[in-house]
Amino acid sequence: MIYFFEQFVNGIQLGFVYALIALGYTMVYGIIRLINFAHGDVFMVGAYLGFFGFARWHLPYPVAILVSMVACAALGVTIERVAYRPLRYAPRIAALISAIGVSFFLEYFCSLKFVFTPNYQVVPRALPLKNYSLGGVNIPNVTIIIVVVVLAMLALLQYIIYHTRIGKAMRAVSFDHDAARLMGINVDRTISITFAIGSALAAAGGVLYITAYPQVFPFMGILPGLKAFTAAVLGGIGIVPGAVLGALIMGQVDVMSAAYISSQLRDAIAFSILILVLLVRPTGLLGKRGPEKV
Amino acid sequence: MSMKGKLAVLVVLAMLVAVLSGCAQKPAAEQKPEQKPAEENVVRIGFIWPLTGDVKTFGESSKNGSLLALEEANYKAGKWTIKYEIQDDRNDATEAVNVATKLISDFKANVIVGGLTSKCAIPISELCEQNKVVMMSNTATNPKVTFDPERGGRKTYVFRACFIDDWQGEVGAKFALQNLKAKTAAVLYDQGNDYVKGLATFFKQAFEAGGGKIVAFEAYTEKDTDFSAVLTKIKKENPDVLYLPDYYNKVSLIAKQARDKGIKAVFMGGDGWDSSELDFAACEGGYFTNHYSPEDPRPEVQEWVKKYQAKYGSVPDALATLAYEGTRLVLKAIEIADSNDSTKIRDALQNMKGVPGVSTPSFSFDDHGNPVKPLAILQIKDGKQKFIAIVQR
Repeated sequence: MIYFFEQFVNGIQLGFVYALIALGYTMVYGIIRLINFAHGDVFMVGAYLGFFGFARWHLPYPVAILVSMVACAALGVTIERVAYRPLRYAPRIAALISAIGVSFFLEYFCSLKFVFTPNYQVVPRALPLKNYSLGGVNIPNVTIIIVVVVLAMLALLQYIIYHTRIGKAMRAVSFDHDAARLMGINVDRTISITFAIGSALAAAGGVLYITAYPQVFPFMGILPGLKAFTAAVLGGIGIVPGAVLGALIMGQVDVMSAAYISSQLRDAIAFSILILVLLVRPTGLLGKRGPEKV
Repeated sequence: MSMKGKLAVLVVLAMLVAVLSGCAQKPAAEQKPEQKPAEENVVRIGFIWPLTGDVKTFGESSKNGSLLALEEANYKAGKWTIKYEIQDDRNDATEAVNVATKLISDFKANVIVGGLTSKCAIPISELCEQNKVVMMSNTATNPKVTFDPERGGRKTYVFRACFIDDWQGEVGAKFALQNLKAKTAAVLYDQGNDYVKGLATFFKQAFEAGGGKIVAFEAYTEKDTDFSAVLTKIKKENPDVLYLPDYYNKVSLIAKQARDKGIKAVFMGGDGWDSSELDFAACEGGYFTNHYSPEDPRPEVQEWVKKYQAKYGSVPDALATLAYEGTRLVLKAIEIADSNDSTKIRDALQNMKGVPGVSTPSFSFDDHGNPVKPLAILQIKDGKQKFIAIVQR
C-alpha cells in the first residue's frame, strides 16, 4: 500500500506540472480555437531561463521563476503578434500550420551554438533536498513546492478570469469575437493578454519541472507538451478546470502505467487515451455536448 | 517581332549553344588534369563525431585523440598525404547518415573514422558497406556495427578499435556477482538506443546465467527526464546493484533521482560513463567497465597520458585513447596497402597482426572486424575515477 501511495505522490508531482502547461493550451484554444503547438517550446524556454536564473545569475528561486514567467509572457505575446494575428481570418488550418512552424523554429533556434546550444545540461539543485514522511510514505520537498506553487497560480488564474475586467473580456471574446468587439472590447489586446498568461504559466511549469527532473535541452518541451495537450483534450479543451483535471489524471496514468503495467508501454498508454477520448467523448470529461458552434 | 528583338533572341541562342557545348566538353578536358595529381598520393579521411548534443564530451575527446594521431604522423601515411574533413552528427542517427553521405559523395572519402556511438555507427556502417568505403568506428561497442546476422552478416569494410558489448556486459555481471557479492540487480535502459539496449540485455543474460536474479528490467525513452515511477518500483525491490548502461548525461540524471528516492544499491554501468561531465557526486561508489584506465601502470599507457597531457592539458579518457588508436590503425593500413583504394586498405586492416597499441598491447582483428582486447574496471571514488582492475579476454 505504501508503494501505491509513493507512486501516487510521483503522479501528483507530474500531474501538477502538466496542469500548468495544459492551462495554456486550453486558454488559447478557448479564445481563438487554435491549438498552439509552440506551447511546449515556450515551456522549454521557460525552463532554460529559470535554469539561468538560479544556476548562473544566482537569483533567489522565487525571483528566478518570476523572471522566467515575465520573459515568456513577452515571448508568447510576440509569437501571437508575428505568427497568429496575421492569420486570424485565414482558414483555421493555416494558423495550425503556422503554430507547428513556430514550434520547430523555437526548437532549432534554441539549438544554435550562440543561443542555448544543443547540449544536454545538468541543472544543479535549486533547493536542498528534504524528505518528509507521512505514514511511511516518502514525500520530497520538491513535490510540496510544486503543489503549493501550482495551487497558488490556479487560484490567481481563477481570480483573474472571474473577478477582473480583463477576465470578463476574455470570457466575452471566447464566447463571440464579433459581439465582444461590438460591445467595445479590444479583442486583439484581450488575445494578447491570454497568450501572456498562458505562456507565463508554461514558464513556471518549466522551472518547476527542471527542479524535479534536473536536466535541460532544446527538445525537452516536446513530450511534456504533448502529454499536457492530451490532458487538455481529456478534460475538455477550452475548459479551464477540465485542463487541471485532465492533467492530474494524465500524471497518474503516466506513473501508474510504468508502476503496474510496463515501463515500455508508458507513452503508448498515455497517447491511447488521447485517441480513446477523441473517439468516445470528443468534448472531453467536462465538455458539454452541443451543436458545433460555427 | 522587331529587328532588335530578333537580334536578342539570336544572341541568347548563341550563348546557350556556347554554354552547352562548353559543358559537354568540360568533363573530358578538365577533369583529368584536376583529378590525376590529387588522386595520385592523397587519401581522404572523413571524421564523424558528436561535437554537440547529449554526448559532446565523447566527440571532443575523440577529435583530440584523432588529430593528435594525424599530427604525429605529420599528416602522412607512407608516401600518402592525408586530407581530412570533420563532421558533427550531434549523436543523432539521421544526422549521422546525412553527414556520412556528404563525406562519401562530396568529399569522396576513402576511409571514414567515426560513428562514435552505436546508434549512429550502425546506419553509417550500412552506408560504408554499400559504397565500399572503409569504416573505423573507434568506440561503437554494439555487435551489430560490424556484424548483423539479419542484414547479410559481416560488413566487410567495417572495423572498430573497441571490444563489443556481449563481453562488456558479461564482465560487468561477473564483477557484480563475484566481487560485489550481489544477489539481485535491477536494470534501467533506453529502449530506443542500440548500445544501451544491447548492453542491458547482455548484462541481464550473464547475471542470470551466473545465478543472480534480475528483479527489475525497466525501459525508458531518450527524451524522458522523469524516472520517479520506475525508481519507486526499483526501490521496492531493493536490489544490490542498479545497472545503468547509458551515456553519462542520462546516468547522471537517473543516479541523482535514484539517490533522492533513497535507493541504496551500488550503481554500475558501461563505457558510456567515461566523461568529465558525469555527476560524480551522484555516482559515488559506482563501478563501470571501460576500454582503458589512465592509471594503468603499463609504460605505453603512461607515455600516452603524458603525451596527451602535454598537448591538451587534461588526462585522456577512453574516447580520446581509442580515437588515437583507431586513427593510427587506419594510417598504418594505408601505409601497408600503399594505396588509396578502399578495398586494399580494408585487406590490410583485416590482415594486421599484433600492432602495438595503448589500450591493448597488440591489435588484431577477428573475422567480424573486432579486436580482441582487455577491459578495465573503474570506480567512482571521492569524486574521481579510480582504477580497479584489468580483465583479460
